[in-house]
Amino acid sequence: METETTAETVLRVYRGDASGGATVDYQVPVAPGMVVLDALHYIQGHIAPDLAVRWNCKAGKCGSCSAEVNGRPRLTCKTRMDDLPKDKPITVMPLKSFPTIKDLVTDVSWNYRVNKKIPPFQPRRGVEWKITQLDVDRVQEFRKCIECFLCQNVCHVLRDHDKKEQFAGPRFFVRVAGLEMHPLDGADRVPLLKEELGIGLCNITKCCTEVCPEEIHITDNAIIPLKERVVDRFYDPLTMLFRKMRGPGEK
Amino acid sequence: MSANYEVREHDVLIIGAGGAGLRAAIEALAQGASVGVVCKSLLGKAHTVMAEGGIAAAMANVDPADNWKTHFRDTMRGGKLLNNWRMAQLHAQEAPDRVRELEQWGALFDRTESGAILQRAFGGHTFKRLCHVGDRTGLELIRTLQDRGVQQGLDCYMECTVTRLLMDNGRFAGAFAYWRENGRFIVFKAKAVVIATGGIGKAWTVTSNSWEYTGDGMALAYDAGAELMDMEFVQFHPTGMVWPPGVQGILVTEAVRGEGGILRNKLGERFMEKYDPKRMELSTRDVVARSIYTEVREGRGTEHGGAYLDISQKPAEYVKKKLPSMYHQFKELADVDITREPMEVGPTCHYVMGGIRVEAETGQSTVPGIFAAGEAAAGLHGANRLGGNSLSDLLVFGRRAGLAAAAHAKKTSFAPLESLQMQDAEKELLAAFANTGESPYAIHRDLQTVMQSLVGIYRTADDLERAMTELQMLKARAAAGSVEGSRLFNPGWHLSQDLKSMLLISEAVAKCAMARTESRGAHSRIDYPNLDEAWGRQHNIIVKDGGAMVRRELPIPPLPEDLKEILAQE
Repeated sequence: METETTAETVLRVYRGDASGGATVDYQVPVAPGMVVLDALHYIQGHIAPDLAVRWNCKAGKCGSCSAEVNGRPRLTCKTRMDDLPKDKPITVMPLKSFPTIKDLVTDVSWNYRVNKKIPPFQPRRGVEWKITQLDVDRVQEFRKCIECFLCQNVCHVLRDHDKKEQFAGPRFFVRVAGLEMHPLDGADRVPLLKEELGIGLCNITKCCTEVCPEEIHITDNAIIPLKERVVDRFYDPLTMLFRKMRGPGEK
Repeated sequence: MSANYEVREHDVLIIGAGGAGLRAAIEALAQGASVGVVCKSLLGKAHTVMAEGGIAAAMANVDPADNWKTHFRDTMRGGKLLNNWRMAQLHAQEAPDRVRELEQWGALFDRTESGAILQRAFGGHTFKRLCHVGDRTGLELIRTLQDRGVQQGLDCYMECTVTRLLMDNGRFAGAFAYWRENGRFIVFKAKAVVIATGGIGKAWTVTSNSWEYTGDGMALAYDAGAELMDMEFVQFHPTGMVWPPGVQGILVTEAVRGEGGILRNKLGERFMEKYDPKRMELSTRDVVARSIYTEVREGRGTEHGGAYLDISQKPAEYVKKKLPSMYHQFKELADVDITREPMEVGPTCHYVMGGIRVEAETGQSTVPGIFAAGEAAAGLHGANRLGGNSLSDLLVFGRRAGLAAAAHAKKTSFAPLESLQMQDAEKELLAAFANTGESPYAIHRDLQTVMQSLVGIYRTADDLERAMTELQMLKARAAAGSVEGSRLFNPGWHLSQDLKSMLLISEAVAKCAMARTESRGAHSRIDYPNLDEAWGRQHNIIVKDGGAMVRRELPIPPLPEDLKEILAQE
């Protein structure tokens, strides 16, 4: 980063911890193709070595470096400086929906607790391990998730209403979709979706889909089909009657 | 004193939550052991997620002629016969079962027409052998293992860094660590430990490795008295991004070449014809990396000092389907549409074949109770690792280490923790706050420059000599280095600790590189350009002796007749 400097810009970064904080302005040189995470690393390396930032792969594959850049939830490793307005400071704030630990690092441990509630893949009995590519393709969309938690951050059920105890959030509906639509899976997660994961609270505003760096169609392909399964199971009078007569069968 | 620390007890402690650590955890849990996994990042973020191309396993789904013997032979030849042959044999034999097991735990691989797991071609592999999911195989692997382990009940200590193994008269007793979040200390009491901390790639400037790859596990084992082996063998992946500067070093998967990508220099020449006309782009990584480096050095490099890698002759939809993350990576970070134009690529530090010396069957180091698996361990890959053999390594030897660690724990009791060692570990951690020296970031940059320029792809005695001197000076600077701010999530402080491991292991690399007066696999000496038969019969061993780093040679045990026969076949 020290070479090929063409210009400078100001990064306005949140500095603080659980007890509060404020933004601080840092002058940062801008090199071609530079991303916001490079600028944060420059600050660590040359100005403020204690600036707390999470990152790992720096290639959009691990989902560690999420933050709110100029008010938009982004992966900082994929946010190019030259895509942002040059005439004003670039603000970098921590994810708002999770408690701040320090600077840009937030406490995302709640997500790991929710994940534990989801029953894992259970192969159907006597299954043959033959799968068509078509079936793989359909589920792969959900399995692309890198757990950046940007969708959790913008979901208004979590962000504005803080219903973390009743609602699992889009990330975990994507996870459940990946399991439920696995061609060989035999577990039943529909009651869990309705009760513990609270899928009914989602009112399909698609904010999650908009911010997904993996371009997963969270609302259309994961949440809505899962909502339909819940409705079919619990609210459709014909199905309920049918199930009463036959008992639960194969999905 | 120890009353002041948070103390946790586990039968088996696992350091590192990448593929090897998690696979070890799953196996130890299955044996009924209580398992604690400590990792520097959040669970699921380890470098295994970056593995793109696939898992090498002779399943023969695509090429029916494939079998473990061919995989064994490819691995040994790729490693220039410096491999631990028993590890290479176990790896080739067990990898298919490990892949099937992953599938039974929910991993979804790409499929053949008949519905079996699809396999793709990769450098140095005779047959199409890599089981894959597009170009994000590592993510699929780590999520599958992570969820399996969590459901089985592993305790994960996330964002927690181990700085020292605690010993009781040469016997493993536990580990001293700090929470990154609040800087508090935590002590683990355990009967066995599996070190699965990966490599040391962050000691080079141009690297595909993240901040975590600082050689911690190797340094921990070394300090506890374990032997390190063949540290001179550092793999430079032939294809990292070279432009723009911010993305330099980010990995471009070998799957691009596996899917038919062609390398050219600025004159448009397909230069691999000169270096390996038989295997071309799918030659081994050491050969391709040196070829690109040579093209650039001799003035035939691209605008930004690399080579062109072109996959645009394939249909755009095919490229997007088989290499989706490469497509997005280049589009978003470099403004290059790889379905229409070539990528610019050059070598990037990627992997270390050397590491903790282990027993093939168990992964136990030379110190009882200390096990190692994955990149942190040495042996399987010899002088050069084949692409795809890393993920299978993690699975095969992660499982074996977990199994053996649990067995070890069953027949051992907890060793007492000595408070003096813990006090000393605490003092060492806090020292930097009282210092007035430089920022660890400045020292780290200089270390990277030294390793990049003096201990890179091509090496000479003069360069290595200079590197050794520079490393001593850097060590002194690091010891006086200071840290700003508090103990609350302080990356500068964390780096000051990681820097110690990096300096120590860098020294081991330079020392071994200096001693090995030949060129073999990833170790290329300009002053000794040929293979040396005597060196082909021995490993380099590094061990701590009376506080000093000592190097010696260790003869390779002779190959048994049956394996010799397999190797001799075409």
